[in-house]
Amino acid sequence: MEPAPDVVAIATVPPMNPVPCRIARSGDETGDTFTLELEPPSESGFSFRPGQFNMIYVHGVGEVPISISGDPHRTDSIVHTTRMVGLVTWGMKKHRRGDFLGIRGPYGTPWPMDVAEGNDVVIVAGGIGLAPLRPAIYDILARRDRFGKLVLLYGTRGPSDILYVRQLEEWRARFDFDVHVTVDRAIGPWKGNVGVVTTLIPKVRVDPENTIAMVCGPEVMMRFVAMDLLKLGIPEEKIFVSMERNMKCGIGLCGHCQFGPHFVCRDGPVFSYAAVRRLLGIREI
Amino acid sequence: METLQPVLAAHPFFQNLEPEYLSLITGCASNVKFDAGTYLFREGEEAHHFYLIRQGKVGLEIFIPELGPVKVQTAGEGELVGWSWLVPPYEWHFDGQALELTRAIALDAKCLRSKCEEDHDLGYQLLKRFISILEQRLQATRLQLLDLYGTRT
Repeated sequence: MEPAPDVVAIATVPPMNPVPCRIARSGDETGDTFTLELEPPSESGFSFRPGQFNMIYVHGVGEVPISISGDPHRTDSIVHTTRMVGLVTWGMKKHRRGDFLGIRGPYGTPWPMDVAEGNDVVIVAGGIGLAPLRPAIYDILARRDRFGKLVLLYGTRGPSDILYVRQLEEWRARFDFDVHVTVDRAIGPWKGNVGVVTTLIPKVRVDPENTIAMVCGPEVMMRFVAMDLLKLGIPEEKIFVSMERNMKCGIGLCGHCQFGPHFVCRDGPVFSYAAVRRLLGIREI
Repeated sequence: METLQPVLAAHPFFQNLEPEYLSLITGCASNVKFDAGTYLFREGEEAHHFYLIRQGKVGLEIFIPELGPVKVQTAGEGELVGWSWLVPPYEWHFDGQALELTRAIALDAKCLRSKCEEDHDLGYQLLKRFISILEQRLQATRLQLLDLYGTRT
C-alpha cells in the first residue's frame, strides 16, 4: 500500500471557519474517554497525516484541539478519541449520532513516517496518548514490509483505562508487532504487567542506531521515557514527542501555545526530542 | 556434574560477575518452579530467598481490606524479585504471586548472607547490583506516585 494520501484540509479559506461534520458513530472507550467518528462533507476530500489534529467546535460552547486517531488511509471518516475534561469535551460527549460538530484542520506537524521507513519503530504511549499514535500504527501496518521491527509500549493508570482494548488484542496476536501493555496499579484479575511504562523500555530489542521512537503522553512521562530511550542508544534526533499546550487558533496566529521559540499548533505538536530537550527542562515555559 | 553457574552467569543480574564469585553464589542457588496462581512468598513471612526469574511473571501484591489484593509491580524474565533478605528483620513486605507458570533460580538468603560476611568483596559486588535495581525501582515508584494519567482537579 502507498503512504497515506496528501493532506487535504477540510476548509482552507477562510481557515478560521469550521465546517459542519455529521457524527456517524459515538462510543465510550473507558469511564472518561470516548471516540467520535465524523463524516467529512463529501466534497471536502479530507485527509491527514498521522500525528495531526483538528480544531473541533461545539456550537455555542467553544473549540478545542483534538488529535486525529483514525486511519490515515481512510478519507471517509474523521476519528477522534478524547477525554471528558472540560465544557467543550463534555459538550462533544452529549452529542449523538446524526448531530453536527464544526471541524477545522488538519493542523500541525505529523509523525516522521517517511523517515521511519527502513527503521525499527518504537512507539511509547501513556494514557490517552495512544490516540494520536494510532494513525501512525495504522500507517505502518498498512505498509508493514517497509519498516523493521515494530514495538508498542503502552502504559495506563489501571486496566479499566486501557484504550482500544480489542484492537490491542488483535495487534498483539500478530507475529510482526511486539505489543506490551502495563498499568500503574491493578486490582482484581489483571495478569499483565504492573509498573510505569518506563520499566518496559530496557526489555526492548531493536537496532538503536536505526530506530525511530514516537512518544506521546503526559509531559513528565515523555521526559523520563526519552531518558530511557537515550540509555537504550537511540539518538535524540530519532526520538519524537507530541507536545501539548493551550492551542486556540490552530494556525500559529494567536500565540496561546507558545513553547519557547515555537508555536505548538504550527511548529508541532510533533517535535524531535533534540529540538525540545532543553525547553522541557525550563519551568513555566 | 552440571551446576547452575552457567544459568546464573546468563542472567542479567549477574552479568560480568567474576567466575570466582559466581562459583560462591552457585552454592546457594536452586532451581524452582511455581504454577500460575501459587505464591512464592507472603507478607510477613521470613524472607528465606530471592528469585531470579528465568521464565514467567511474578506479581507483587498488597492486601487492602474491602478492596482486596492490589498489584503494585510485576517482574518478568530476566528480572529479580526480593530484597527483603538483605535488610533485618528479613521479612517480606508484599505477597509474591506467580501470574503464570514461572521458573526461577532461588538464592538462599542465609547461605548468601554468611558468604557475604566471610567475603566482603562478594558482598560489595552483590550490593552494587542490588543498589542498581533499587534505584530503578525507586524511580519507577516515584513516577507511579505522580499518578501521571489521572485527571487534574
